[in-house]
Amino acid sequence: MIEFHNVSKRYPNGYEALAGVTFDVGEGEMVFLTGHSGAGKSTLMKLIMLIERPSQGQVVVGGHNLNRLRSSQIPFHRRQVGVVFQNHQLLFDRSVFDNVALPLQIAGYPHREIGRRVRAALDKVGLLDHERANPITLSGGEQQRVGIARAVVNKPPVLLADEPTGNLDPDLAADIMRLFSEFNQVGVTVLIASHDWSLIRSVGARVLTLEHGQLIHDGALV
Amino acid sequence: MSRDPVARGARQSRTGISDLWQAWWQHHRTSASDSLGRLADTPLQTLMTALVVAIALALPATLLLALENLRQLGDRWDSKPQMTVFLRKQVQAAAIEGFQAQLRQMVGVSSVEYISPERALREFQAQSGFSEAIAALDVNPLPPAVVVTPTAEAIAPERFEQLRQQIAASPLVDDISVDMEWVRRLNAIMTFGRQLVLGFAALLGIGVLFVIGNTIRLEIESRREEIVVIKLVGGTNGFVRRPFLYTGFWYGVIGGLLACLLVSVGVASLAEAVRQLAASYQSTFELQGLGLTGCALLIICCVTLGLLGAWLTVGRHLSAIEPR
Repeated sequence: MIEFHNVSKRYPNGYEALAGVTFDVGEGEMVFLTGHSGAGKSTLMKLIMLIERPSQGQVVVGGHNLNRLRSSQIPFHRRQVGVVFQNHQLLFDRSVFDNVALPLQIAGYPHREIGRRVRAALDKVGLLDHERANPITLSGGEQQRVGIARAVVNKPPVLLADEPTGNLDPDLAADIMRLFSEFNQVGVTVLIASHDWSLIRSVGARVLTLEHGQLIHDGALV
Repeated sequence: MSRDPVARGARQSRTGISDLWQAWWQHHRTSASDSLGRLADTPLQTLMTALVVAIALALPATLLLALENLRQLGDRWDSKPQMTVFLRKQVQAAAIEGFQAQLRQMVGVSSVEYISPERALREFQAQSGFSEAIAALDVNPLPPAVVVTPTAEAIAPERFEQLRQQIAASPLVDDISVDMEWVRRLNAIMTFGRQLVLGFAALLGIGVLFVIGNTIRLEIESRREEIVVIKLVGGTNGFVRRPFLYTGFWYGVIGGLLACLLVSVGVASLAEAVRQLAASYQSTFELQGLGLTGCALLIICCVTLGLLGAWLTVGRHLSAIEPR
């Protein structure tokens, strides 16, 4: 589902964020991406979302070689990839409902369908009774769950999460991780960047480890 | 709720053409009303920008309207250019008869009308308002005159001048007054004035583009976060652009309406003074306003400028806002 073939990313200032990274995440797999900050995790995520393009190598998502996508096709690619951001990226000028509804409005869902799907997604993350609230009034954990609802409301085949449990206490973090596992169980390919070792160990999934832009480990955690 | 958002897993969600069309239409409607709502949230700032648009377009519109009124004033005499040939006072009636016959035979003369001094005095008395003063005169000071109307071919400036010189050569002729000379000059001045005003309007139009562009640039800046999020979750450039285009559209509509109001108020406040001035010249001339067509044109111009200003700005600034 996500394939990297000898991918390098060198920024204009000469900094090499990724160097010759090759891996393959199968459909319906759940994979953790770890490494120290600056190891290249964020760059790898950005390449999948087409926020950045690789300097070298191929990135293939869902069978599409991203190098061949024109800029006008980027929005349609992004609709296939749900993303949960570390800083949530919620809009505080509108309600929880409207935040979660945004991807559906963009993709052109009919009005009644939007209501149905948004409520289903909010129900899934346990925030159905907060749909009218402004996300700024919610706690960090709740905001993260709004972000998750927005990432999955469009039922994308791929779900990315960048440090989704970064600022949460262990109980909340476990809750969030359980949500990701549930999505994975129904067939969504999940890639989570995290350095919360205890949490990764508890899930027991495949782990990709980056160090200075190179993939130094691929497999179960030892 | 039993409807699980991912219960059917990664199956691709599909939307039909009619759904997309409906959603597109829906987004236009929400963009239009949201943009208007945002403008209403900051009424003073909106009014200021709209006023700049209104004044910048009301100015050339007023000038064009003034030229149009002048042209209509000119048209009233433009229809049949004539020359009035004043004869020497001592010329005898028989000589005048002969002179008229001579004129009628000239190439380029369509008709000849004799105005006797008595008739001229009567008409002057009736029209000028000096009737009492004129009645007190012992002798008629007016000379005999002949009004010559040239044929259609002889209206052209060179032919007309030729005819004038030919008539002036007669020893009976004291003076020739060509009434139409000033109309011709007026037309030339107005053609020049019209071009000047259009050039002026073009400059002001460019100014409006910048004002609208700058206003929208500020709005784009203040909504940067929203634009980033929309792009992150798969919003196309068209989707991002739409609300800003509507903002430009509304500035155009409001500015256009205000411009119509400004011009109409100006015309209304001048109408009475112009009517009185015209009346003192025995004219029933009345100041023409913008009319429905004029208002529609003015609003269309404003809306076009608003949309264009928004389009240019959005195109330039949106590409700079990308998720990092």
